[in-house]
Amino acid sequence: MTEYIIRRLLQSSLVLVAMSVLVFAGVYAIGNPIELLVNPMADDAERARVIANLGLDKPLWEQYLTFFKGALTGDLGKSFVFNVPAVGLILQKLPATIELALCAMVIAILFGIPLGLWAGLKPDSIAGKTIMAGSILGFSLPTFWVGLLLIMLFSVQLGWLPSNGRGDTVNVLGFEVSFLTADGLSHLFMPALNLALFKLSLIIRLTRAGTREALLQDYVKFARAKGLRASRVVGVHVLKNIMIPIVTVIGLEFGSVIAFAIVTESIFAWPGTGKLLIDSITSLDRPVIVAYLMIIVTLFIVINLVVDILYSVLDPRVRLGQGAGQGAH
Amino acid sequence: MIPRFIRRLAIVLLASTVALATTAAHAARDISIGLQAAITSMDPHYHNLSPNNSMMLHVFEGLIKRDENQKLVPGLATSWKAIDDLTWEFKLRKNVRFHDGSPLTADDVAFTLKRVPNVPNSPSSFATFTKPIVDVKIVDPHTLVFKTATPHVLLPSDLASVMIVSKLHGEKATTEDYNAGKACIGTGPYKYVEFIPNQRVVLKANYGYWGGEEPWDKLTFKILTNAAARVAALLSGDVQMIENVPTSDIAKMEKDKNLSVVSKVSNRVIYVHLNQSTEKSPPFVFDKSGKPMDKNPFRDVRVRKALSMAVNRDAIVDRVMEKKAVPAAQLLPDIFYGTSKKLKPTRFDPEGARKLLAEAGYPNGFSMTLHGPAGRYINDDKVIQALAQFYSRIGIDTKVETFPASVYFNRATNLEFGYMLLGWGTESGEQASAMRSLLATRDPAKGMGVNNRGRYTNPAFDKLLEQALVTMDDKKREGLIQQAAEMVMGEVGLIPLHYEVSTWAAAKGFKYTARTDQYTVATSLKPSK
Amino acid sequence: MTAAVQTPFQRIASDFAASKLALLGFAMLVVVIGIALFAPVVSPQNPYDLTQIDVMDSKLGPGEKSMAGQTYWLGTDDQGRDMLSGIFYGLRISLGVGVLSTILALSLGILFGLTAAWFGGRIDALIMRICDIQLSFPAILIALILLAMLGQGVDKIIIALITVQWAYYARTVRGAALVERGKEYVEAARGLGLSSSRILFRHLLPNVLPPLIVVATVQVAHAIALEATLSFLGLGLPITEPSLGLLISNGFQYLMSGKYWISFYPGLALLLTIVAINLVADQLRDVLNPRLQK
Repeated sequence: MTEYIIRRLLQSSLVLVAMSVLVFAGVYAIGNPIELLVNPMADDAERARVIANLGLDKPLWEQYLTFFKGALTGDLGKSFVFNVPAVGLILQKLPATIELALCAMVIAILFGIPLGLWAGLKPDSIAGKTIMAGSILGFSLPTFWVGLLLIMLFSVQLGWLPSNGRGDTVNVLGFEVSFLTADGLSHLFMPALNLALFKLSLIIRLTRAGTREALLQDYVKFARAKGLRASRVVGVHVLKNIMIPIVTVIGLEFGSVIAFAIVTESIFAWPGTGKLLIDSITSLDRPVIVAYLMIIVTLFIVINLVVDILYSVLDPRVRLGQGAGQGAH
Repeated sequence: MIPRFIRRLAIVLLASTVALATTAAHAARDISIGLQAAITSMDPHYHNLSPNNSMMLHVFEGLIKRDENQKLVPGLATSWKAIDDLTWEFKLRKNVRFHDGSPLTADDVAFTLKRVPNVPNSPSSFATFTKPIVDVKIVDPHTLVFKTATPHVLLPSDLASVMIVSKLHGEKATTEDYNAGKACIGTGPYKYVEFIPNQRVVLKANYGYWGGEEPWDKLTFKILTNAAARVAALLSGDVQMIENVPTSDIAKMEKDKNLSVVSKVSNRVIYVHLNQSTEKSPPFVFDKSGKPMDKNPFRDVRVRKALSMAVNRDAIVDRVMEKKAVPAAQLLPDIFYGTSKKLKPTRFDPEGARKLLAEAGYPNGFSMTLHGPAGRYINDDKVIQALAQFYSRIGIDTKVETFPASVYFNRATNLEFGYMLLGWGTESGEQASAMRSLLATRDPAKGMGVNNRGRYTNPAFDKLLEQALVTMDDKKREGLIQQAAEMVMGEVGLIPLHYEVSTWAAAKGFKYTARTDQYTVATSLKPSK
Repeated sequence: MTAAVQTPFQRIASDFAASKLALLGFAMLVVVIGIALFAPVVSPQNPYDLTQIDVMDSKLGPGEKSMAGQTYWLGTDDQGRDMLSGIFYGLRISLGVGVLSTILALSLGILFGLTAAWFGGRIDALIMRICDIQLSFPAILIALILLAMLGQGVDKIIIALITVQWAYYARTVRGAALVERGKEYVEAARGLGLSSSRILFRHLLPNVLPPLIVVATVQVAHAIALEATLSFLGLGLPITEPSLGLLISNGFQYLMSGKYWISFYPGLALLLTIVAINLVADQLRDVLNPRLQK
């Protein structure tokens, strides 16, 4: 196990390098940030000064080398736009996004699994059918559309919830969190719900499918025949069987929620990294984009590692880091 | 464990209710404003960008200010005059104090002029405005004399863009010190409280302000990039005013008794550059069968005229812009200096356009792709679709391609397009500088035609313009600028479409005085009676 | 005809028809696909032909008449495009983009996911690390890079959507296949000396497919919504040839001004389409699943 984790970490550093090269090349392909930074009234001399200042006059490989040297010492560069260290800028915004993502995930899991179980255990009941039909709504409407409808209903029409921002925060272990204040919670509710809808639908459907299958498996039939209580059958046998696909998807979605809460964050003006990322992409602020993606990749790597370890915990038949093909020989 | 948690929660809840009660008492004097674009720094010399410049006007002041019509009015200088073609004298206002109580003197002004070109890592510096000044002489603590190398008539206008900082706090200060508030100490009506990039700026009143007390104790500027979110924030009472109201919502909001909507024509013109840089077909312009042509049609003045005549500007203003735009005939609305009242928007005449095309040798038209930005100017993606409709009616096969600003402007600068939808805001408020940048023959060394993406060229026009730029006499200069404008618009050097109208909406009880420079400044927001 | 001589297809058809809801979904889907295929025939107007639309007719309400006397049953958008025709044509593009990109991404994902799970070791590590990179690349950045390099167009959007989605499937397939790999039937197949590819595609694939179909049907909808979101961010299709998503995001800004139809009807059309797809897919999955057969 330890060897496996060490090997994964080594691979991960290669992933980080590959990632940074890709982002560098990608942002370079989009265009030169100079047009967006420099005031249009500036003359060519001023433009040349800024280009030289940002190091954009050098060939791409040289720019990358400079970045790489800095990265080895932990310096991922300064934002073109804000002139502050990119990592600092991101870390300032990250707690807000993680909080939002966690809340969305909690909503999705808390409601998704029971509803999915219900629909799976009683597929032909009216409740089961309603749950399934309702879950379609969750992913058929674009996020930005649902977000605005939520704002129009709860903020503009009813006046119950604030339309934007994060509200009062409390410092817990060095992180600013808003879910511990009433004001913060009221700010958190709508964006978290908006972000959760898609995951909620997905989890409902996966749970239902898994449950239906599990009910037909021999060991569940057997457990039922043995006269085990329904709750125990569901709790132990069915849930266990559906956990693997669900853990995979939760792992994937949690990462994507953190990374791409872009639309939700911009509609609700949630001061997180998603909004920072889209602003940085629109202004081609390369150091921030690169640093951001490096952080996100690291996050993904950790999540995936946890998910893979969870596989082996949930199902002893999964052997980590070893192929069946190889095992045969 | 659990009871402690609940106890703590209860305390938090209680504290927030108390906080709520206290804020209610001050609510009337504490206001929030929703802005569209992020402020990138609180250093007034770091980034020459409209949202920053607008924000800086609260904390800092220039020697000269611009009023809501961009007319120059005394700021920290009470008077200024040109002693000769190369020498200017500025008299400073007395009894002006910085936020820390230290008095403003000529030293601060001299320090500011020295700092402006030397801000490290500035992504767009203000040096353009201070460069003409080659020598600064402090005559007494309240009198300065500036020398320029060549006659520079725009000096007062340039200096209106330069905010004066305190020498005491600025001497060792970096941009970070300004962002953190340590050095962000000006003479303006509001003081720095907090700056969080991409999120908000908080300011509080400077009660000893020389210009008199402002009606607000505390200002919170929230960055609400998404237009619908901005409107929702106003409607739900989260902010008291927003800028850039989307045109689709204006009509309904104007009817709402709980809101006050104000709008004003701005200094921004939306226009079209036609790529005349190539001998043969420019990029994305072909004959009807899709083959490149031997001649560049945009080099023919008849084609340019036809492309202007085919545009139904009234339809764009009425239908696409919901009446919040004004058909354009030149680069600035004719309330500005150097504009000609003789120039009228080109009349919509599709038949005439067809005839001109035929005369120019394109009886069956040609084909082209219109290129424009998506989301850079008000309704830009809708305007360009309407243009495509107009051209397809005079027999030109038209396609439309739009790009985000990050992709579009680079490619436009590299002349990768044929027909380019663009916009230009003239911060100086006079037409010569706009023509110099957009229409003069491109000559980077002289700073001429820097943004002439159409590569239009006309020596006679260049000569007139250069002459105007060194004529010190205001009346005579204006005559020359007008003459140049009439000449270049007659030749359709570019196709002006419309001037943007900027719109602000405020809650009941507030009144905003609209500005031509599209800036959102709290000093223009007053309680209404 | 007796049940004994039923062909597999007949059996599937009769199983499928057992659910009335699924039949309704099927009928809706037939209509939707019919409209998408025959949009040019059934639409009153060609909404992509600039000479047929007039900005002077813009933002007319449902049922109003144009200056030329044509009635717009669902109103017009901000360019004077007939919403009904716009929706028909938009459906065609949205469905095409959603289905095509999902199928292609799914195939790629299955290929890489199965390979990774089966061979394990270096190959698994390599593929999974590529997935890590791919999954952490934001869709918007990929779309922007492709837009800058390739320009605008339906084909480019499909490429962007495939690029965004394949790794997602690859990871899901790998996860399911890892479990299956350890099960007795695979061991048995291997013991029989069957070739890797035979075990992979004949034995493993059918067993990992069910959870995948759930994800895929959801993802068709997601792909359509993603395309809408990209359009919303200005990175989608050419604006003169709107998809349903683009119509919705165009109309988005009119939601608060009372001109609901510009966004509402395309939204409704999108919703119905996706409901239809999912009703059919839900039932098909149950019918086709080898383990759920009664």
